[in-house]
Formats: sequence, structure tokens, C-alpha cells
Amino acid sequence: MPAPIRFDPIRLAPEAQALREEVRGFIHGEIAAGTFDPRRLDRESGYNPEFSRKMGARGWIGMTWPKRYGGRERSFLERYVVTEECRVANAPVTLHFTADRQSGPVLLKYAGERIKSDILPRITRGECCFCIGMSEPGSGSDLFAARTRATRAEGGWRVNGAKIWTTGAHHADYMIGLFRTSPPTRENRRHGLTQFLVEMKSAGITVNPIADMSGLRHFNEVVFEDAFVPDEHVMGSIDMAWQQATSELAFERSGPERFLETSGVLVELVRVLGERPDARGAEGIGRLVAQLHTLRRMSISVNGMLQAGKEPVLEGSLVKDLGTLWEQALPARARDLAAFVAAQSPGRKAFDEVLGRAIGLAPKLTIQGGTTEVLRGIIARGLGLR
Amino acid sequence: MGHFSADTVGATQARDILVETTTRMFRDLGDPQMIANAAGESWKAPLWRALEEAGLTRAWVPEPLDGAGAGIADGFEILRIAGSFAVALPLAETLLAGWLLSQAGLRVPAAALSVAPVRENDLLHLTTAGTISGRAHSVPFARDAAHIAVVARRGDDAVVALVERGLCALQEGVSLAGEPSDDVAFDGVRPAALAAAPAKFAEANLNWMGAAVRAAQMSGALQALLDRSVAYANERVAFGRPIGKFQAVQHNLARLAGESAAALAAAGSAADAIAGAQDFDEAVFLEIASAKIRVGEAAGEGAAIAHQVHGAIGFSAEHALHRFTQRLWAWRDDFGAESAWAARLGNLVAAKGADALWPMLARR
Repeated sequence: MPAPIRFDPIRLAPEAQALREEVRGFIHGEIAAGTFDPRRLDRESGYNPEFSRKMGARGWIGMTWPKRYGGRERSFLERYVVTEECRVANAPVTLHFTADRQSGPVLLKYAGERIKSDILPRITRGECCFCIGMSEPGSGSDLFAARTRATRAEGGWRVNGAKIWTTGAHHADYMIGLFRTSPPTRENRRHGLTQFLVEMKSAGITVNPIADMSGLRHFNEVVFEDAFVPDEHVMGSIDMAWQQATSELAFERSGPERFLETSGVLVELVRVLGERPDARGAEGIGRLVAQLHTLRRMSISVNGMLQAGKEPVLEGSLVKDLGTLWEQALPARARDLAAFVAAQSPGRKAFDEVLGRAIGLAPKLTIQGGTTEVLRGIIARGLGLR
Repeated sequence: MGHFSADTVGATQARDILVETTTRMFRDLGDPQMIANAAGESWKAPLWRALEEAGLTRAWVPEPLDGAGAGIADGFEILRIAGSFAVALPLAETLLAGWLLSQAGLRVPAAALSVAPVRENDLLHLTTAGTISGRAHSVPFARDAAHIAVVARRGDDAVVALVERGLCALQEGVSLAGEPSDDVAFDGVRPAALAAAPAKFAEANLNWMGAAVRAAQMSGALQALLDRSVAYANERVAFGRPIGKFQAVQHNLARLAGESAAALAAAGSAADAIAGAQDFDEAVFLEIASAKIRVGEAAGEGAAIAHQVHGAIGFSAEHALHRFTQRLWAWRDDFGAESAWAARLGNLVAAKGADALWPMLARR
């Protein structure tokens, strides 16, 4: 019988809320200075080296990591607050966010001392960008079908093959890539994959841009032709990558970025419906706010459990499943609720702009970082059905 | 370490013991399948007696008023567990009545109780002659209650009163779960006890507390729906394998898990907020409104999925599933349905303005 699902009521401590004020003050200052426009929802305008360096200088990147690697040893709930305030403001965190959320923790756990003391401090300074090499042409959701091979060479490995849909590869200094080091076994098709740290500037790596349907460039194809990766860059055990993701997955899936990506639409909806909405508008806003409040409570609860050293993997997957579906459905719901607001009403134009962008990006929200279908399989396993 | 409400290790251990004791009592004396199989209502008296003897019916009555003084959070835990057994006794109503009367410093009779008003727009008044006037619709278990605790209006102030049920005119009805849900006419009834509501208590606060209570019960019932549906899917064989091996069924159950999880988080957070609050302020309103809305939504979705997974047997009278799903449908409607709370919450958000929304949500 699997353990019961838990979502303990966890509150943000006063230190975390004080930090929130600090982050807000900083973000407001940056908006006022014209560093970024909070109404932009896209990723490309989110790459901003100067902004990332400022975040780093304030200690807001890798903030839960040990001090000897540039971290601040603060709690996951404090990190939660920083992530959340950046996300609702659409702050340009693209350069550092992947490293902050998942690549840094992989290095902390699996990298040798030399690599950790070289790379982690650079991440915390906002100077180091990571991408994640998982999907391949022909294997997206089915990670364990990966065919890009790493073969033994003098002092390391030679990588051949290609990764695809790699977000931010064109900016990245490093990739955490999943490569095949052995064939799968009859008993375990997940066997034979290994995680590597790859320097993107290495010879034999080509990054080809892929435009997305919204006209932006955020993802890429990354081609490997005899690219060399030294032994020191193996992350964890050879062939055993499938065993390595436990609490990291809970982090990756449960953060506020999994339900806040279109939240600007809700804010503009409230603005366009005005101070005295009709019953339909009021009810619609109320339901959306209740749903968002609940997602926040769930996400904070998972982060609190992680802070307490638990591994709420099932709970994390539930947050991502519900959260991404919610942020995806929000634009359609808001469009309906604002349908009778006249074109010349104040706020209509701003609403339509934010709405248009959100509708345009909505399809990807339940695909990136694990599709709804994959998540539900994981949840089913957690429930004891597989 | 994170910030874990007001809980200390000792309180957590005491909570675990309470959860265990309460669960065992319901399992032994109030098993839903046993009740579904029982022809009559002979199970009711022993269970109620056990609950009374354990002090669970007086959890929200402080010790100086002869209660168990268990604390707000513990009371919500009891109700969540009661919900997970779809308990069809006026336990929640008795807890609520005890809480309401205690707020005003009134003594709480040792018997099954109910509260009024329960429905939107029902108002009771205290006349200058000192009698209660007005009608409360769909009062749960009114006919089984010795007394009804009410909130009434006197001018601009709220009063709390204890009314003998026998003095009221009842029009009996049933809820969607077939439980007593009676319209109560209070006209001319002189209360057995009466007190001004405390300074920070508004007339609407019974409704707020009732909504949080129903959310706790529903979150428990949804947990049970998930557990039972998963167990059924693992044991029921069709097309040569357990139906839980089919991806379509797995995905339905994953959705049910999501609804159950959302309900647990929302109801648990509201209970925690009430337990830690000095008074019913805007932050508590957001918690309670969100819980009643989101848990009510989960109740509708969750019941539908559980029935789909169970197929025809789940629609039969003999199977216990309906004890959960029918109560989920009924509890949604008490103390304000999702739509009513959503309109209230939406109006508050709109009045505060777009730029106040995020600060309001992020306050804790």
C-alpha cells in the first residue's frame, strides 16, 4: 500500500516574507529603470546577463547551496519566495534559472570537488547558463529511448548524436546531457543511460536554432560529432541515470513556475472587469483566485516537505499536473469572462495583448519538462497502479 | 528548517494519537460498508455513544465550559477523518454548535446539536420581545438535535442563542445524501440561553466556520474515494487484467488523486489558518473561501471519476461508494456553494483592484 498523499499546511516564515519585500523592491526598481517589461511573457526577452548578475550579487541564485560554493544556505521556502516574485513579474531569469533549479543541485550531488568549486560559484554570480539535454529526434517523452551515444575514449568519452527542443542551448555554457553508454537490458529498458556535464564550447558541438510557432527562438537542436567529454564530467554512476532522480524531480516539478507562467492574464482580467464586475465576472474571478491560492498552498507544502528532508515525489508530480493544466486553461477562461467588455473600455487593449501572448504559448505548458501523459503515468505508479 | 505553523513536536504526537483513536473508532463502529449493508439504524447509537465518551463531540468546547478543549486544529482533523468514513451523524453540527455557543460564553448541552442558519440569505432576528423570528432552510439533522445553536441579528449587532428544537416548527426534508435536512421556523421561540456575540465575531462567521468544516469533511471523503477507487481498480479484472492496468483508467485515477490532493491542501490550509488566527480577517476569508470553492469543485469532479472507475456496481445500493459521493454532493451546498463563495471572493478581489491581487495571495 503506497504512503498516503500529504499536503501539510506550511507557512512562509517571517524571514521569507521580509525577503519577499526586498525582492519586490529590487524588481520594481528594475522595471522603473526599464530593464524589462513585466507584461512580456516570452522567454527570449528573459535572457538578460545584467539582470542575472544583479540577482547573483544579492545572493538570490543558488541561495540554498553551501556557502563554500557561493550559496547562502537559506531555506527552500526562501528560494520559493524569490522564484515566485520573479515569475509573477516576468523578470528575466532565463540565464540562471535552469542552473539554479536543477543543474546546480545535480553538480552538488554528483560532481567532484574541482568542478563544484569552479562552476557553482559562477552560477551563483549569475554568470553561468545551463541547458538540459534530454529529448532527441525520435525520443521525446520516452526518455529511455535516447540513442545519442557516449563511447569510451582516452581519458573520457566521445559523444555522437543529437538532442532536440533544448531550451536555451544557444546561450548555455554547459549542458547536463543524458547519453547512452550501454544498450538497455532485457530486464530493464531504463538501464544504460548516463548523465554528463558537457561544455557547450567543446569542438564537435553545433547548436542549430529552431523557431517556435510564436515566432520566438528559445529552443534548439544540438548536434554532437565526436565531441569529447572528460571522465571527470560523468555525473553519478555509469548506466544508472534512471536511479538518480528522486528529490530533484520533486523540485523540478513543484515550483511556482509550474503554475504562474500565464498569471499576468488573471491580473489584467481583474483590471479589465473593473471594481464592480457582474455576477458572472465576480464568480469567474473568485474561482480562479481560489484555484491559484490552492496551487500555491500545494507548492509551498511540497517545498516545506523538501526542506524537512522528505521526498514528496508523488506530491511534486501532482503539483505540476494540476499547475500546468491550470495555467494553460487560464487564458481561455479569462477570454470567456472578458467577452462582453467593450473594445474601447480602459484596460481592454492591455488585456488583449497579454491574453494573446498567453494563448499563443499555452500549448507548450503541458509538454515542457514532462507531458501531462507522462506525469499521469508517474502518478499512477505512485498510487500503486503500475 | 521551515516554519511549521504553531506545531511543536509534542503537539504533533498528540495529533497522531488523536488521528489513530478517531480512525479506529470509526473503523470499528461506523464502517461504511457495514452501514450500507445494515437494514436499520442500529449502528448509530453505539457510535454516537463512543464519540461522546471520547469527548469528540465536544472537541470545540473549552474545558471551563465542560468541553474537551481539544483545539481548533484537532477538531478539523476529527472532521476530516469523519468525512473519510462518510459518517452520517450530526458530529460536525454538534462541533460547530459547541464552537458557536462557546464563542459567546454559553454553556453547551451534552447532546446532539445543530446550527442555523446554514443557507445563503437566511436571516434570523431577535425581536424586542426577546424571541427569535425567521426561518432557516435545510438545517442538517435538525430533527435529531435536542437544541439548535443560532446566530441572530439584534439591530446592527449579532447575538448567539441556544434554542430548544422542540419549540420550533419543522418541515422535514432530506439532503442529496438522504440525511435529515429540515426547514426550521423559529417564530416566537424564546431562547433557552442568549448572549451577545463577542466583539470580533460577525454574523457571517458561523457561515465561514461552517464552510471550513464542510471543506474538512469533503477532503476526508475525497481521500477515501481515491483509496477505494485505486483498490477497486487493482482488484477488478476485465479484458483479462485488473482495470487499473489500463492507461485510460490510470489517467482517470491520476486526476482523482489531483482533485483529492487539492482538496486536502485547501481544506488543511483553511483549518490551519483558522486555528492560528486572532479573528476572522481578510486573510482567513481568502483561506476559507478558497477551500469551500476548490474542495467543492474537487467533490464534483472526484465523485464523477470514482463512479466511472467503479462502473455499475458503484451505482448499486449495496455498494458503499454512494455513501461518499452523495455526501460530497450534499456537503457542497451547505454554508454557501462554490458559486456563492466565488462571487464573494471575486467581488473582494475586484474592489481591491488588480494590483492588490498578488500581494493578497502572497501574504503567507
